[in-house]
Amino acid sequence: MRSVLDIVDLSVQELEELMQTACDIIDNPEKYQEACRHKKLATLFFEPSTRTRLSFEAAMYELGGNVISVSSAGASSAAKGESVADTAKTVSCYADIIAMRHPKEGAALVASRAASIPVINAGDGGHNHPTQTLADLLTIYRERGDMNNMTIGLCGDLKFGRTVHSLINAMSRYEGIKFVLISPEELKVPSYVKKDVLKKKRIPYVQTTDLEGAMPDLDILYMTRVQRERFFNEEDYLRLKDSYILTPEKLRNAKKDLAIMHPLPRVNEISVAIDSDPRACYFKQVANGKYMRMALILKLLKEAGTI
Amino acid sequence: MNIDSIQNGIVIDHITAGKGMKLYDLLNLDELDCSIAIIKNVQSKKMGRKDIIKIDADIPVNIDVIGYIDPGATVNIIKNGERAEKMNIRMPSMLTNVIRCKNPRCITTTEQELDHVFKLTDKENKVYRCIYCETKEERII
Repeated sequence: MRSVLDIVDLSVQELEELMQTACDIIDNPEKYQEACRHKKLATLFFEPSTRTRLSFEAAMYELGGNVISVSSAGASSAAKGESVADTAKTVSCYADIIAMRHPKEGAALVASRAASIPVINAGDGGHNHPTQTLADLLTIYRERGDMNNMTIGLCGDLKFGRTVHSLINAMSRYEGIKFVLISPEELKVPSYVKKDVLKKKRIPYVQTTDLEGAMPDLDILYMTRVQRERFFNEEDYLRLKDSYILTPEKLRNAKKDLAIMHPLPRVNEISVAIDSDPRACYFKQVANGKYMRMALILKLLKEAGTI
Repeated sequence: MNIDSIQNGIVIDHITAGKGMKLYDLLNLDELDCSIAIIKNVQSKKMGRKDIIKIDADIPVNIDVIGYIDPGATVNIIKNGERAEKMNIRMPSMLTNVIRCKNPRCITTTEQELDHVFKLTDKENKVYRCIYCETKEERII
């Protein structure tokens, strides 16, 4: 049974197909409004989430399907000590596809091995979050009209930010990509990402702490939040949380067609004054996430022979 | 120094000097009640010094453990006092329940029944990663 746990589970060709489907859904929503009629998506969220759960649920409803849901670990049998594998086997009897978020890394893999229906990883701790990357890729594609030849600035928490690692992995499969990695010393991209992805694929990158200095070169600026839940030490979090705050002044030297992205939720790393700037794409990114989730649900249910 | 030859059993030879005890531990040889000899720092033309383990019983040994600790070792199966088979060891592509994931965020820390599985991701640098969280294993030797 095909599941999607990591963005690299999807080939470049499959990503292209998903983006084409998503664009077709945007242009012709009525074509898809009965596509998953009588089918059920189970959203198993063992960790708090607003955007991702609602996005999956909205995606399934817009495909004409239904949703059954667990919205916290406390409200499920996990609180009684049920294993992820047993939960996945049980839910396979009720639903046609699972979207799962879990605080532990690798939980989605365990679920996919036990389930008899497709599992979509909706975030497993700080590890993978492939559907956020799908949202990011569609946003880049729609803003730039192409996936090749651009300089991508990643700014903020590049150490624990799973969306950053997935995006590096995904974009390094295209031609002419350069990365500018902007972070405080303590939150730099882990060495294994640099070694296993960037150096291995000979992708040019620079590391800097200077956001304004890097700004003129960027075609994409991907801001991230310093996540409190990834720190064991509150003092470290407080010290680093306000490292980068994007304001209109800092955009003075930016390109006119820069795309400013953020996986959301933001705390204060992008000033609300930027929301009205036409280069701000983070709410488009949210919408794109729903369309890519629709495309992915369709693909996996088709492959499973369910629709 | 003389160690009696064995009639039916296993000789793990060409072990890198110093790794014999670690192999003894990870192969759980302490749980066996047959005769076992660990010979350390034996003179070797090829290796300078080496360790050897002789097990006086025809029992299955976990070849993956030997390949993980010391892929240059050889395993000889002895039958009726003669070498019946010589096995060359390679680094295994997967390791199951040999080492444990140390990442506190890994699903294996809360799901006690899960096998601890590591995959060889970089043969050149002998890097194994947990299949669940992709954390690099901490070399135990």
